Amino acid sequence: MTDAIVVEGARKRYGDKQALDGLGLVVGGGTVHGLLGPNGAGKTTTVRILATLLRHDEGLVRVAGFDVRTHAADVRRRIGLLGQHAAVDEELGGRQNLEMFGRLHHLGARRAGARADELLERFGLADTGRKPVKRYSGGMRRRLDLAASLITEPAVLFLDEPTTGLDPRGRGEVWESVRSLVGGGTTVLLTTQYLEEADQLADRISVVDRGRVVADGTADELKARVGGDRIDVVLRDARRLDEATKLLPGSEVSVDRDRRRVSAPVTDRMAALAETVRALEAAGIEAEDIALRRPTLDEVFLHLTGGREQATEVAA
Amino acid sequence: MSAAYVMSDCWTMTRRELAHWARQPVQVVVGLIFPIMMLLMFGYLVGGGRGIEGEYVDFLVPGMLTLTMVFGLEGTMTAVTQDLDKGVIDRFRSMPMADGAVLVGRSVADMIQSATGLLLMTGVGYVIGWRAHGGFVAFLGAMGLLLLLRFAMLWIGIHLAMIAGRAELVQAVQILVWPIGFLSNAFAVPESMPGWLGTVVAWNPMSATATAVRDLFGNPGGEPGHVVAAVVWPLVLLAVFFPLAVRKFRRLSV
Repeated sequence: MTDAIVVEGARKRYGDKQALDGLGLVVGGGTVHGLLGPNGAGKTTTVRILATLLRHDEGLVRVAGFDVRTHAADVRRRIGLLGQHAAVDEELGGRQNLEMFGRLHHLGARRAGARADELLERFGLADTGRKPVKRYSGGMRRRLDLAASLITEPAVLFLDEPTTGLDPRGRGEVWESVRSLVGGGTTVLLTTQYLEEADQLADRISVVDRGRVVADGTADELKARVGGDRIDVVLRDARRLDEATKLLPGSEVSVDRDRRRVSAPVTDRMAALAETVRALEAAGIEAEDIALRRPTLDEVFLHLTGGREQATEVAA
Repeated sequence: MSAAYVMSDCWTMTRRELAHWARQPVQVVVGLIFPIMMLLMFGYLVGGGRGIEGEYVDFLVPGMLTLTMVFGLEGTMTAVTQDLDKGVIDRFRSMPMADGAVLVGRSVADMIQSATGLLLMTGVGYVIGWRAHGGFVAFLGAMGLLLLLRFAMLWIGIHLAMIAGRAELVQAVQILVWPIGFLSNAFAVPESMPGWLGTVVAWNPMSATATAVRDLFGNPGGEPGHVVAAVVWPLVLLAVFFPLAVRKFRRLSV
């Protein structure tokens, strides 16, 4: 299978700000690729360029085999876009929206209507009737938005932070829909700020920072670079920190004296928690707080960008 | 892209605007009633007419029709600004549809609304005593000139919405159309104004339309020979703003 998305050395500048600084990306056909990064990293700029909404200054950008700059119309026939804000007509009802988009894809009136009904059914919106979209819940709106992106079963689907602003239930609904799509052979490029979202959905992830890809790989590969879960113990009495250090599992225990905290990576979460509580109790050390946590996105970034900066220093 | 697709896209976008009306009939009715209210207010409450020969209502109705066409600019700008604010424009732009069909939909809908408004206003004008004396063809000609002015205002409105793109600027324009509309011969003849003001008023493109329309209706304030200016002025405005608006729309976020 050929690559569905190819980006080489893409640059885009807005005034003073270099939004994309030589970004490169290859997404294989039929896969889900996550673009993970903080606000302002260049994720949305990338998606807008790929979806022909924005022109890049330099570099090669191909979607479904077509250059976005010279063959925008060919690209548009093959893509679906789910942007950060619901891209549907808020005044109209769900069916009216889907029928309109169907007509704009030149399906003709009858097929556009039939396709609208089909999609409403599939996304659990069949009973919304004439209710205008502005009265939909956040999750419903996103599902309609997603349905609108799928009118023609696009070869490549762009999802730009599809679950930002949704409650956990709405998020689950969107994830479910995305998973069912991928079975159909659609290539999905997903941007997100949530490590968990990329983890749940993406086959491969590119971490984007300051307009370029700083790391890529599968979710497991990236996590391995950051380290796994950690246990944090905050003591009541700072004088017992050294003692506590010996009680925590593993050898890579770190101590933060200002916060009276000891911290260690763990492999078996629950066992590590139980053991630590027992050991502290047996030693008579009072803990103010004990917490198990996954590496945060911040840590992924600190790790990845920190590594890059060190490498630059060494090179210099 | 084939012509059939272009037509179909334009029609789909027009249907969208019509569907919006069906959703918000009150807003549409208010939009149609507002100029009628103005007509009645100026006809009965303000009661101007300095230096006008004949019935003021015969002078006022063509002026109000012209003013309504100019005020349409603000309605178009509001609608386009609201539309651009929403994500749906991104979807349109990422679809394989005709460039500018969104704008065509907007303009067809606005023109239908303005034509309806004109007919309603002439009806109300008739009830309060206004009469057109020029015959049917002249009446149609006058309507044509008015709608041509509206069409020019429409594209100015679209262009302003795209370069401004913010609600606050719509408000500024909403306020500014009043002096521009009133600095014309809609309510009074330029001769009745201080010299410099009269000159400004006489040069206001909308005065050309008002004078030509009065002439075609056989109403006071009409002078023969203004039809050319009433055709040329809107065409000049269109020649400037139509390409600007279309170009701007194509490169919206570039």
